Amino acid sequence: MIEWIQSVFSILPEALQTLVVILLKIVAIVLPLMLCVAYLTYAERKIIGAMQVRLGPTRVGPRGLLQPIADAVKLMFKEIVIPAGANKLLFIIAPILSIGPALAAWAVIPFDVELVLADINAGLLYVLAVTSIGVYGVIIAGWASNSKYALLGTMRAAAQIVSYEIAMGFALVGVLMASGSLNLGEIVAAQSGSFFHWFWLPLLPLFFIYFISAVAETNRAPFDVAEGESELVAGFHVEYSGMVFAVFFLAEYANMILVSGLAVIMFLGGWLSPFQGLPQAVFSIPLLGAVLDNGIHWFLIKISVFLFLFLWFRATFPRYRYDQIMRLGWKVFIPVTIVWLLLLGVAVLAGLPPWFDAV
Amino acid sequence: MQRLIRFFKSLFLLELYKGLSVTGRYFFLRKFTLRYPEEKTPLSPRFRGLHALRRYPNGEERCIACKLCEAVCPAMAITIESEPREDGTRRTTRYEIDLTKCIFCGFCEESCPVDSIVETHIFEYHGEERGDLLMNKQRLLAVGDKYEQEIAAAREIDSAYR
Repeated sequence: MIEWIQSVFSILPEALQTLVVILLKIVAIVLPLMLCVAYLTYAERKIIGAMQVRLGPTRVGPRGLLQPIADAVKLMFKEIVIPAGANKLLFIIAPILSIGPALAAWAVIPFDVELVLADINAGLLYVLAVTSIGVYGVIIAGWASNSKYALLGTMRAAAQIVSYEIAMGFALVGVLMASGSLNLGEIVAAQSGSFFHWFWLPLLPLFFIYFISAVAETNRAPFDVAEGESELVAGFHVEYSGMVFAVFFLAEYANMILVSGLAVIMFLGGWLSPFQGLPQAVFSIPLLGAVLDNGIHWFLIKISVFLFLFLWFRATFPRYRYDQIMRLGWKVFIPVTIVWLLLLGVAVLAGLPPWFDAV
Repeated sequence: MQRLIRFFKSLFLLELYKGLSVTGRYFFLRKFTLRYPEEKTPLSPRFRGLHALRRYPNGEERCIACKLCEAVCPAMAITIESEPREDGTRRTTRYEIDLTKCIFCGFCEESCPVDSIVETHIFEYHGEERGDLLMNKQRLLAVGDKYEQEIAAAREIDSAYR
């Protein structure tokens, strides 16, 4: 079987071979990602349930584990209603525009030292560029729905996303200055050492601002005025039903995982182990050594911690008022980041150990 | 000074940590959820559910058609018609409770001088057709016959307080 596949593969022209390999890699990233997204919704319901002293889904499958699958099946069998007077083409394109960037950005995310789909030099720039396309999905969705409520929701969501993009961008400029590279793999490599070599410490305010902006970027509670399920219906995707609605839903959760992944790479040393720097003998212990050593498992664990934080926030904080959101973004975050960038510039020039003495 | 304290509180997000610690604590608490069909809450002997008409142990129906329940019913859900039976006693010929009107206040049960109309602990019933929730005399008596033991037991427990 394997030999047969190899022989068929070698017949193909070289360009096609690379294409097939790249496609397989994309599938290898997107499939687990989609599974994570599905089970993130399950985790959300379970965790928020637990914080509200209830159980969450328990009925479908053992401990409710098949719930996301039941939800997916339900949504797939629902009718896709296209409202009268809606722009059909844009109406269908909008959800694709919003999930596309959330998945495309994973191309440059390094899971481990060599485990990255596209190891490009301007990875950080690519991530910023691609994720900012996502806002067009929101805008087009609201506009193409031909509904005043969707349009109003769109204006709120888009204004919020655009405002927080700036604070987020500034926070990432700090990472760029600290690591001296735009390549995500090199950013992680620049943090190697130990737990205290990671950038969260020298960039602490930027780390907080990045994560809070990330919550605002993904329109999650407490910044979910765009969706605001207790006061509005759904904001920009009121008119969407069935699978197109599900795509928006998937995009939101895929974005959550993405920004968590970015936070881990930028500030918490990606795949690096917090136990790095222990004597070499520790890492040669058969099983324990492999667990304690750097690896993809640390990356996944750190992402899970951030995702838990997302859900924890949602269970804890009441929604921001709209003007408070704008005040926080423009009048608090941007000044704080600029001040810290200045301090950081001084620290980098002075070669402050242990972070900047190598640069 | 006050403003300075507030500034530092908001700068270091102190209030937010407090909130997070509360939800974090609740995360580990025992959950209140009851998995309903498998687990059920205990019911008080005074629970007011589906109605029933009771009989005396010798099989004679208790109801003497005094119509107190009909008079007291705030929802006017009870309809009674009566006639003397061959043996000269007054009995109902028609005793209907419209469960779609009933508010389960329990006044009928309290007003009954012979403990005939009672409310049982049954609350899991449904009607599939129009009229299914319109209980007539036969059906009320049937409920009473079926659950007589439980009805009597509940009355026994509660008798000290009546």
